[in-house]
Amino acid sequence: MLIATLRTSSRLALLAAVFALGAVLQARGILPAMATYRQDVVYLIRGHLWLAAVSGLLAILIGVPIGILLTRSRFRLAGLVLAQVVNLGTTIPTLAILALAMTVLGLGAPSAIFGLTALTLLPIVLNTAAGLRAVPRHLVEAARGMGMTPGQILWQVELPNALYVILAGIRTALAIDVGTVPLAFLIGGGGLGELIFTGIDLMEPAMLLAGAIPTALLAIAVDWLVGQAQFWLVPRGVNPLR
Amino acid sequence: MIRLERLSKVFGTVTAVDGVDMEVPEGEVCVLLGPSGCGKTTTMKMINRLIAPSAGKIFIGGRDTAGQDDVALRRSIGYVIQQIGLFPNKTIEDNICVVPDLLGWPRRKSRERAAELLSLVNLDPALFLRRYPKELSGGQQQRVGVVRALAADPPVLLMDEPFGAIDPINREVIQDEFMKLQAALRKTVIFVSHDIDEAVKMASRIAIFRDGRLVQYDRPDDILAHPKDAFVADFVGQDRTLKRLRLVRVEEAMMADPPRVQAEDTLDTAVALMREHGHGSVVMVGPRGRARGQVRLEAADGRRGLVGENHEPLPGTVLVGDDLRTAVARMFEHDVTWLACVDADGFYKGYVTQRGITHLLGATYGKRS
Ligand SMILES: Nc1ncnc2c1ncn2[C@@H]1O[C@H](COP(=O)(O)OP(=O)(O)OP(=O)(O)O)[C@@H](O)[C@H]1O
Ligand SMILES: [Mg+2]
Repeated sequence: MLIATLRTSSRLALLAAVFALGAVLQARGILPAMATYRQDVVYLIRGHLWLAAVSGLLAILIGVPIGILLTRSRFRLAGLVLAQVVNLGTTIPTLAILALAMTVLGLGAPSAIFGLTALTLLPIVLNTAAGLRAVPRHLVEAARGMGMTPGQILWQVELPNALYVILAGIRTALAIDVGTVPLAFLIGGGGLGELIFTGIDLMEPAMLLAGAIPTALLAIAVDWLVGQAQFWLVPRGVNPLR
Repeated sequence: MIRLERLSKVFGTVTAVDGVDMEVPEGEVCVLLGPSGCGKTTTMKMINRLIAPSAGKIFIGGRDTAGQDDVALRRSIGYVIQQIGLFPNKTIEDNICVVPDLLGWPRRKSRERAAELLSLVNLDPALFLRRYPKELSGGQQQRVGVVRALAADPPVLLMDEPFGAIDPINREVIQDEFMKLQAALRKTVIFVSHDIDEAVKMASRIAIFRDGRLVQYDRPDDILAHPKDAFVADFVGQDRTLKRLRLVRVEEAMMADPPRVQAEDTLDTAVALMREHGHGSVVMVGPRGRARGQVRLEAADGRRGLVGENHEPLPGTVLVGDDLRTAVARMFEHDVTWLACVDADGFYKGYVTQRGITHLLGATYGKRS
């Protein structure tokens, strides 16, 4: 009830803000100027989404298994080392990661994807591990005592019970990912960063906004999508949203 | 059915279980009892090999468990843990069907079984099958935890303080439900508890542990009547004699075929009957034998008339199926030294006296010393 009310009111607030922004931009004549970049925007969004999707997917495919490994008792030592490595990886600023990737992989999409993936990895790994660690020990023990194999315990008990937290990590990670893709332009990766950084260089606010606004909207859309996944995929018995 | 041979478990420097020898016959409930940390849980977990023994052997149905596949072994043993351990991500139905699903039962069969089991513990399947554990009260979850262990009909049941996390009133109810189930199913049950009252109520045998050692292994009445040493005596409590009262039913302690009078008998007949038996009072029954009232010697002696016109109400009755503790409580309540015993339909079956009860408890004491 309360949540529903909050949701509607925040949606209204967002609409109002967008409307106000539109009005201001229109008054300054920026909106019509932005419209001239339409074709660029459509083209660049595709590249942008492609970068985000590939790096996001890679981060999930690598991050979730690492998170799982971190919590296996067999790999405790390896887990601790890995956790340190991942932690270290994120103390390095994003730009530095991209620059480093470029020195190894050269200019272009591969280094952009590498950098973005590395960046997106951390919240996924950390949340997967945290979610799995938060599954009560006695549930795992009950499962073992009833004759589940380790694989069955992972799939039937641990992952479903940790799924909400894991998806929360993916949600944050992908929002960061989409929001960081513009930096990829700096190492020749493409995406909406082209408009943003060129706009800054040319002191052309319309161009800058033509890149920045879609970037923001994409981040919001991705967040919403993963939110939906969280709502529908997590079993009702362990889903705080339902 | 279950046999432990010189079973030991050492964790580093701690000897959690120390050379336990024990045998639980088929269909019996064996309660492992003892203070915290005495090795009850460890002993139990070695039976389904959640903990590997350091030394010793465990046989179930004559087979050494060490040679068997752990996973297959566990699927053939029902297991209830103290925290209940229902999987919150699964519905009640899927929770109950965990082991049948692991065993690859056809879905139809396992789901039907789930419904059947739920009704056994007075939970409406239509209402509960599709719910999630968080949508159940603690007591309801506990019941589901118990029937989940029964789902694949295992011959052996391990229960680690299964009713520990529940309030005393509900605990009694669930204990009674479980005893009823057990009377019908006759599983071989190993049950961990640290509550002597629960043990006395549920157990066919009680195993008392101290520091990993099995101190005494006996039937509840023998444990209460003949504690082996000061530790056991202390553990079962100063009031152990009173606890024994719970083990005996009124039926076993009462004098059956008691003298009785009817409304149309004369007081003379009643007085003569009381004199003959040396009683201070006699029960008046209805035409078909229901207990209706009493005539006291003091009040009737020397008077004329019919019993029907001179009887007094009974000061209290007790059901033949009640335990002696109830009988004694009722005697104190009504300040009397005897009680008429009736069956569920009110028919007069016999009487119990304070002296009779004292005598009965003394008799078991005398047997050994
Ligand atoms: N995994 C373990 N590692 C080390 N020591 C352990 C381990 N499990 C149990 N112990 C020790 O073994 C002893 C027996 O433990 P156990 O859990 O069997 O006790 P318990 O009788 O079940 O007690 P409680 O009534 O508190 O549950 C204790 O001293 C405990 O500290
Ligand atoms: Mg224990």
